[in-house]
Amino acid sequence: MSQAAGVQVVDRSFQNIVRLEGVQKFFGPVRALYDIDLAIGRNEIVGLIGDNGAGKSTLIKIMTGVLPPSSGRIFVRDSELSLADYSVRMAHELSIETVYQDRSLADKQPLWRNFFVGRQITNRFGFINVRKEKGIAHQILKESFGFRGAGITVDSTVANLSGGERQGIAIGRAMHYKADLIVLDEPTAALGVAEVRKVLDFVRMIKTSGRACVYIEHNLAHIHEVADRMIVVDRGRIVSEVRPKDMSVADLTEYLVQLQKQT
Amino acid sequence: MARPEKASIFQRVEGLPIIVVFIVILLLFMYLAPEVFLRPFQYTTFLSTLPPVMLLAIGLTFIIGAGEIDLSFPAVIGFSGFVLAIIFKEGQDWIVSATETPEGGFLASPLAAELIRWGGVVVALLAGVLIGFINGVLVAKIGIPSFIATLGTQFFWYGMATVLSGGKSYALRGAEDSTVWRTLVGRPLSSSSVDWMQRLPIQSLWTALIIVFMWFVLNRHRFGEHALFIGDSNPVSRVVGIDVEREKIKLFTMMGFLAAIAAIFQTMEVKNYFGNQGQGYLLIAIASVLIGGTSIFGGRATIIGTVFGCFIIAIVEPGLVATGLTGAWVNTVRGLIFLISIIFYLHIDQPHRRGALFARLTGGRASGGGGPADNQAESAAPSRR
Repeated sequence: MSQAAGVQVVDRSFQNIVRLEGVQKFFGPVRALYDIDLAIGRNEIVGLIGDNGAGKSTLIKIMTGVLPPSSGRIFVRDSELSLADYSVRMAHELSIETVYQDRSLADKQPLWRNFFVGRQITNRFGFINVRKEKGIAHQILKESFGFRGAGITVDSTVANLSGGERQGIAIGRAMHYKADLIVLDEPTAALGVAEVRKVLDFVRMIKTSGRACVYIEHNLAHIHEVADRMIVVDRGRIVSEVRPKDMSVADLTEYLVQLQKQT
Repeated sequence: MARPEKASIFQRVEGLPIIVVFIVILLLFMYLAPEVFLRPFQYTTFLSTLPPVMLLAIGLTFIIGAGEIDLSFPAVIGFSGFVLAIIFKEGQDWIVSATETPEGGFLASPLAAELIRWGGVVVALLAGVLIGFINGVLVAKIGIPSFIATLGTQFFWYGMATVLSGGKSYALRGAEDSTVWRTLVGRPLSSSSVDWMQRLPIQSLWTALIIVFMWFVLNRHRFGEHALFIGDSNPVSRVVGIDVEREKIKLFTMMGFLAAIAAIFQTMEVKNYFGNQGQGYLLIAIASVLIGGTSIFGGRATIIGTVFGCFIIAIVEPGLVATGLTGAWVNTVRGLIFLISIIFYLHIDQPHRRGALFARLTGGRASGGGGPADNQAESAAPSRR
C-alpha cells in the first residue's frame, strides 16, 4: 500500500504526475464526488471547469492532500500513496504546490514568513534562521514577475499588497519550491486585466518549463487560451473532456449552460 | 508613494507605543508622588507581586495571538496551588504512614521531606499541563469555542480544588526553610548591606528568563509562527501544511504549564493556599495582553507589549493611591487606559485609518508621528518606485 509514502521521488521517467482512481468523497451523508478517474500528465495544463459546487475544489483538495478521500486510490508519479499518510506536507515533499484564490497567504504576516511557513529553515531545536529565510525571500521577490523595485520588501505584510501582487507572491513561492505540479484555484478572480495577463503568462511558463498544471477557472476565455485539455465537472462527476481546438469559447459556454439545465 | 507600513517607526520597534505610554505614566507618578516612586521599595514589591500575572499574560499572548482565549487559568492557580500546598504540607506524613516507615527510616528523614516537596512542585506542574491539554482537546478536537470550553473547565477545576481541599486553606508555615522556597521564591541577597537589595525576589529572575525564552519562541520558533498564522486564518494555515488541531492543543497545554508556574510562585510567595486564589487575575491578565498591542482578532502578538501592559496595569494602583486619589479610582483608570489603547490599536491595524489618525494627532501632517526616521522613509520611497 505505502511504497511511495514519504519518499522523495527524483525519477523523471513517470508518465502521470498525479492519477486518481475511483475517488469518492462524502461529507456526512452528502456525496461530493462520484468515482473520479483522472490522470494529469507530466507536462500538460489541465483546466477544471464546471459550475459552483460541482466539486472542482473538493477534487483538488483531495489531489493536494488537504482532504482525505472517502475511498479510492491516489498515485503520484505512478506509485500509489498510502491515503492515511497523505497530507499537505507530504504533497509538498512530492513537489505538488497549490495556489489558492484567497487562502494562500496570511494577511497580517510579513512576506518572508509566508514564503516559508510550513517548511521553515530551522536549527534542530526548531528555531528559525531568520536571516537565511529573508535572504531567500528577497531573491524570490526580485525574480518574481512585477516586483522589481515596486517598493515591496520581505517585511511588508500581505495586507498591503494588491490582488495581483498576492498571486505573484504565491506563484513565486510555488516556483521556488520547484513544483512538478502546480495547482491553481481561480488565481485570476478579482484581478485587473493587466494582472490577469501576467498570471496567464505564468501558466504558460509552467508548461514551457516542463511542469504540469491543474487550473480551476470560471472565466472560460482564460482557460481556453492556455489549457491543453479541459475537464468538465458536474455535480460530483467528470462528464466530459474537451480540447480547446475542438470547441470555441462560445460553444463551450453554450455546452455548460445546457449541462446545467439537465436535471 | 510610500507604502504605509514602511513609514511608521511604530511598526519597526516592537511595543514602542506602549513603552512610551508606560514611561509617561511613570514620570507622572514620579513627579506627583516622589516619596513612593523615587524610592526602591515600590519596585522591589512589584518584583515579588508581578511574576504570576506576567507569566499568565505571556501565555495568553500566544493564545490570543492564535485567535483563541483561555478563561481557565485562574482555576489553574487554584488547583495547581492546592496540589502543591497539600503535598508540601502533608505529603511526607502520608507517605510515612502509608508505607509504615519506622521513625529513623529514609522516608521520614529531612532529605526525603525535601524530595517530596520538589515532587509536589512537579505534580503541580503536571496538573497545569493536564488542565491545559484538556482545554486544547475540547477546543481543537471536539470543536467547542475556546471561550465556552475554558469557561466550563474554569468552574470544573475550581470546583475540584474545593472538593479535594474540603474548602480549607493551607498555611505553609516554615516554608522559607525549604530548598523549594529558597530556589523558587527566595531572597538570594538577603545578607546584603543595601536594604532594597535584601528584598530582591528570585522569582523575578526566573520570570525574566522565561519571558526572554518565550519571546524567542514567539518570534523565532516554528511554533510561534504557527500560532500567529493560525490566529491570522485557520484555512490558510491548513493549506500551508500546519496541523492546526495539534498546534492548538500544544498552545493550550503551554498555557496550562505557564499558569502552573504562576500558581507555584504565587502559593510559595504568600506561603498560603486559599480556595479562590487566582480569581483576581483573569481580567488583569487579559487587559495587560490587549493593552500591550496583541490583536484581539489574532494574528499579531507582542511579548514586549504584554510586559509593559502588565507594568501599566500594576502601576496604576500604587500610583493613584500615592498621589492622593482613593483606591476606588483604580479600576476606572485601568478601564480608561484599556479602552484608549484598544481604539489606538484598531487604528494602527488598518493602514488607511492609521494615516488619518496620525494626521489628526499631528495637526494635518500625514503620518508624521514617527519622528525623523519616519520622514526619511517617506522621502526615500519615491526613488525606489
